[in-house]
Amino acid sequence: MANLLTFSIVQSALELGFIYALVALALFISFSILNIADLSTDGCFTLGCAVCAMITLTGHPVLALFAAMLAGVCSGFITAFLQTKLGIPSILAGIIVNTALYTVNIAVMGFASNVNLFQCESIFTWAKDILPVGPSKLIVVAVIVIIVGVFIGFFLNTRLGLSIRATGDNPDMVRASSINTNLMIIIGLCVANALTGLSGGLLAQYQKSCDINLGTGMVTIALASLIIGESIFGKGGMLKRIVGVVFGSCLYRFIVAIALRLNVPAECLKLVSAIIVAIAIALPYIKQQSLFRRQRRAAKTENRIYIEEMQGRKEE
Amino acid sequence: MAELNGNNKNMLVMKHVTKTFNPGTVNEKKALNDVELLLKPGDFATIVGSNGAGKSTLFNAITGSFYPDRGLIMLDGEDITYQKEHTRSKVIGHLFQDPLKGTAPHMTIEENMALAYLRATTGKNAYFSRIKAQDKKKFREQLALLDMGLEDRMKQPVGLLSGGQRQALTLLMATMVTPKILLLDEHTAALDPATAEKVLELTKKIVAEQNITCLMVTHNMQQALSLGNRTLMMDAGHIVLDISGEERDKMTVDGLLQQFAIQAGKEMTNDRILFSKVEGK
Repeated sequence: MANLLTFSIVQSALELGFIYALVALALFISFSILNIADLSTDGCFTLGCAVCAMITLTGHPVLALFAAMLAGVCSGFITAFLQTKLGIPSILAGIIVNTALYTVNIAVMGFASNVNLFQCESIFTWAKDILPVGPSKLIVVAVIVIIVGVFIGFFLNTRLGLSIRATGDNPDMVRASSINTNLMIIIGLCVANALTGLSGGLLAQYQKSCDINLGTGMVTIALASLIIGESIFGKGGMLKRIVGVVFGSCLYRFIVAIALRLNVPAECLKLVSAIIVAIAIALPYIKQQSLFRRQRRAAKTENRIYIEEMQGRKEE
Repeated sequence: MAELNGNNKNMLVMKHVTKTFNPGTVNEKKALNDVELLLKPGDFATIVGSNGAGKSTLFNAITGSFYPDRGLIMLDGEDITYQKEHTRSKVIGHLFQDPLKGTAPHMTIEENMALAYLRATTGKNAYFSRIKAQDKKKFREQLALLDMGLEDRMKQPVGLLSGGQRQALTLLMATMVTPKILLLDEHTAALDPATAEKVLELTKKIVAEQNITCLMVTHNMQQALSLGNRTLMMDAGHIVLDISGEERDKMTVDGLLQQFAIQAGKEMTNDRILFSKVEGK
């Protein structure tokens, strides 16, 4: 185990875990809270990445991150607009926006399929200047995730946050308590996609490049992190669930790191991801089923005794 | 004209309200047919009628889950016929038969009450405010009035409560800010007899204390006559009977059932006459 997880592997797994935790948090808002499967996540992630990369190129790395968030908000708004104002089912709205974003993303990158940031300043190079030794990248992403996590925790407990949560929980009740469900869906998806955009933006600066196919499968990965986190931490207060999501994202990265360490070829990584997701989602169900089987076996043994007793009585 | 002038004295006015579902298909259903209803402030009317008579549809027209094909709906002098559902629900309380419908199961009692309380606070910063300690104290006091021990479970998700407790909580939430009209759609029908009795007592108490104008659907004929001050009967989207005062006091359960048969019969003959006339042309 010791040579399986070297310090640098742990560190990079944590760094990526924190960066992707933002997408997982986005899905936490859209999927767990609002009960909407937002399939525009893949495209939105790439959008954040592309917007951030282009602005970072001009030498404004911090502005670039905010622009990535804003791009995410726009994408989220369009997804929400399609489903609330034009009556398009939420899954279709996500797919439509995702498809459109492919063209948008290529256009943002100046009709190229990738952009390099190797010569550019980024918040990570700044951090390295300030802290030449030590895990400067990890500190940067950790601080950002903590800020975002605390903000979401606070936000979801405001009246607005409560209204958004209730919208996903019981729309009937929400309408009856004079809350505009459509507005709540719009706000919720905007916030969620802002996080997706920020995550993409951070990744652009982290790996110093942006590729048009970067976001492919992102929704699956984020969902895996979310479900791993929720099944380990369980239901509870908002803050506990948020910590769970971040933890799930990091754990997922560890699993991937170990898979790579075990010489699983990089081309197979998507398959590995899909398998991890399937297992993570199926695990609670399998647990429940095996419990039921054990109960049934015990009950059957017991019932056999009752049946034998009754048959014995009949013979008498 | 005299009637129109009198409108501002009525809490609820419904005129010629008509709604047809699935028009032009085999499933076409005239759910509301030229409904006329006036409720005075403080009126408590019970509604009886067979399944599909249009009782719930009447409520949904008032709450705005759909817009009527034609007709006028006014609440406290304001035309709400085409007002958005979430706007008008600020002043309308609505309880359903299903106790699960009125509360958010994964949120705590406290959070549910805070949502209901949102109606009262329309200030600018209300959206970004959190539940204050004084609000919590107020919620606690109100929960204590239910006498169900809920005041000690405020941090628990509502999903853990029993149907009766959830319905009582919903009632409390619907009346936390006194509504202009309270719509009770068989809200005790899914509860066991003892709990139903308790929720009903609570309803009577709250409605009387706050003098709420109230419409209540029931299938219990005895209840229909004993509760409130008016009894309405619906059939095929019409209000076919509307009794109050002395006439209502004299009415018995058998009488009401008889009326039901007579009214339903009259409807049918009316329809037949109408059809034969149309065919005659």
